Amino acid sequence: MNPNSWISKIRSRLGLCEQDLQIEHLEKNWLYVAAAMMAFMVVILGIGALFLHLNPPSHWETIESPSLHLSAEFAEDKLGVQPTTLPDGTIQVTLVAARYGFFPREIFVPVDKNIQFRIASLDVIHGAHIPMTNMGTMILPGHVSEVTTVFPKPGEYPLLCNEYCGMGHDHMWSKVTVLTQDEWAAHKTGGKQP
Amino acid sequence: MIDTTTKRLALFNFWIAFGSFALASVFGMYQVLERSGLLKFIQSPAVYFASVSTHGVLMAFVLTTFFIMGFGYYTATTSLKTPIWNPVLAWAGYAVSLTGVVLAAIPLLLGKASVLYTFYPPIQANVLFYIGATLLVVGSWFWTVIMIVMFNQWKKAHPGETVPLPMFATTTNAYLWAWTSVGVALESVFQLLPWSLGLVDTIDVGLARTLFAWTLHPIVYFWLIPAYIALYTYVPIAAGGKLFSDKLARVAFLLILVFGLPIGFHHLYMDPQQSNIAKFGHMVGTFAVALPTLLTGFTVIASLEMAGRKRGGKGLFGWIGALPWQNPMVLAAILSLLMLVLGGFGGMVNASYAMNAMVHNTAWVPGHFHLIFAGTVVTMYLAVAYHLWPKLCGKQLFSNDLALTQLWTWFVGMAIMTTPWHVLGLLGMPRRISSVQYNSLLTLAWEPYELLMIIGGLVLLGSAGLFVYILFKTQTEGVVDASITEEAAIVADAPVSSWLNNFIPWNLLILGLMMLSYGWPILQFFVLKTYNPTAWGY
Repeated sequence: MNPNSWISKIRSRLGLCEQDLQIEHLEKNWLYVAAAMMAFMVVILGIGALFLHLNPPSHWETIESPSLHLSAEFAEDKLGVQPTTLPDGTIQVTLVAARYGFFPREIFVPVDKNIQFRIASLDVIHGAHIPMTNMGTMILPGHVSEVTTVFPKPGEYPLLCNEYCGMGHDHMWSKVTVLTQDEWAAHKTGGKQP
Repeated sequence: MIDTTTKRLALFNFWIAFGSFALASVFGMYQVLERSGLLKFIQSPAVYFASVSTHGVLMAFVLTTFFIMGFGYYTATTSLKTPIWNPVLAWAGYAVSLTGVVLAAIPLLLGKASVLYTFYPPIQANVLFYIGATLLVVGSWFWTVIMIVMFNQWKKAHPGETVPLPMFATTTNAYLWAWTSVGVALESVFQLLPWSLGLVDTIDVGLARTLFAWTLHPIVYFWLIPAYIALYTYVPIAAGGKLFSDKLARVAFLLILVFGLPIGFHHLYMDPQQSNIAKFGHMVGTFAVALPTLLTGFTVIASLEMAGRKRGGKGLFGWIGALPWQNPMVLAAILSLLMLVLGGFGGMVNASYAMNAMVHNTAWVPGHFHLIFAGTVVTMYLAVAYHLWPKLCGKQLFSNDLALTQLWTWFVGMAIMTTPWHVLGLLGMPRRISSVQYNSLLTLAWEPYELLMIIGGLVLLGSAGLFVYILFKTQTEGVVDASITEEAAIVADAPVSSWLNNFIPWNLLILGLMMLSYGWPILQFFVLKTYNPTAWGY
């Protein structure tokens, strides 16, 4: 079967003009280049998502915000770095975002370890971000946000709110200290969670 | 010849647009100054957030909507050579939209609607703000209907002929806006209004954000299409050449219409309530919608090159120098395309799925959209105003040199202001703060950039003032010249098939794509259990 006759058959079926399919060759080449660039980006991001698990923090889990203080997980004395790690060694951190701070106000976590943040809002929409890292998530009232990250560099970081939440929004931040492995070992045995 | 009704409609719409633009520029100047922390006595979160809310609403909703309506009426009558269908309806739409702006302005200026132009609940504004915003959209639907009716009437009267490109693109924008505005209209009618009127106590914030995201991305194409119309139809003629390809221009507009709509979740990458599958799908669409823009860049630059060579430009780059840089339309096109390239690259970073985590809600984001919107889109709006004012007033432009100065200063000011924002964003500074209060060594690195943006703001405010001054002087003191009212006819270079001459198949395709991309993401809020918060003040 001649492919040209197929093309003309499809063209007449669709009611396309002869001119519709005539594109100047430079423009055609540019279209190929442009489409290839976009496809390349999508493929790279797809490989990242499927094989490296580089995904944004999507997590459907609902919770009743006004009674957070009564819940098993987000009661005040349960917040902060959890005493037991998950089976795969991931350290869990539970936080409440409320105007105007992330509670507890100061946490210590180790470098180069999986850290899973679980955050719930007491009031309005907040956003959590630690500058210079990929730790970030929006926090909606009624939803639990979950985001896992690894901190590559020790140091003191602000955990700040990056969604407008009211007149005190500028002041909404807490302190995260990323410890070296040695400091973390000493902290776990000697130090106390503030 | 442009009839009086069209002239009046266009000028009345344009003055609301550009008046809002000038006012919003003053707010913008205050914001960069306040945010720098340089002058202690103007530091005030209450004033700052009221100002940001007003600046956003005026620039993004008022300037754009009124400009697009005025430009649409002008484009329809000049390209179809028919008077406006039902001018009473057009004036009614104008009145409804203007009433909406006034109603929303009252609480905004009183600080009773400091919820920013994205108005994410459960922070609640005064009910007048939501009513006003809704009326602004409802008024714009009158325009949408008029554009679609005029397109169909012309086709009926001219069987077998191809609709002129400017009107084809304007009708594309009317359909795009009809689809786009549904998201925020649903949020407004079923969530925000009953909730702010006190008829219901709680609001589903996940659903509200999802519906807002439906509108939030395609609305930028609603703003962009008039700029593209100018790039495709005015710029090649102003440069002394002709459009490289009429047909591919139509393809570009249709691609924007189809792919611009089902991709709003790139605003929700960091949200918990939508799944990775939905987000990834919207991400693919986001990269697909870059194609018509890349196509536009090619076609417009090719048209400019043909014009430059016709004017005697030689060699690989010689044609650039040969272009008429003294023509405001050509200068605006060059500056606007430069901004589009830079802003477009930034946009691809934002669009990159998990990588968005590094820049989400940082100063990078306003840096990006000021390049694309204030840079690309508004620069072309300014050039269109310089092009149309003489035709609408029957008077020569007050000063071509001042117009060129204004366009250059707008470009330079925007470059000075957005560069520090991009850097600050990469350094992690959030957008939407009125001052830096984090007691952290990391944030010391932000300080020098804060001063740079004040300079950008000053240049921009001067430029915006100059723009309004030129328009005002043209209208009041310009030299009367009856010969300049004619608009050059744009002739299609080849007949196209019905695929590129009507919207039915494309609307059906959009319907399918929207059900695919928004079906379950919206339905889930009605199927799964959610806990909805009550209203909060700020």
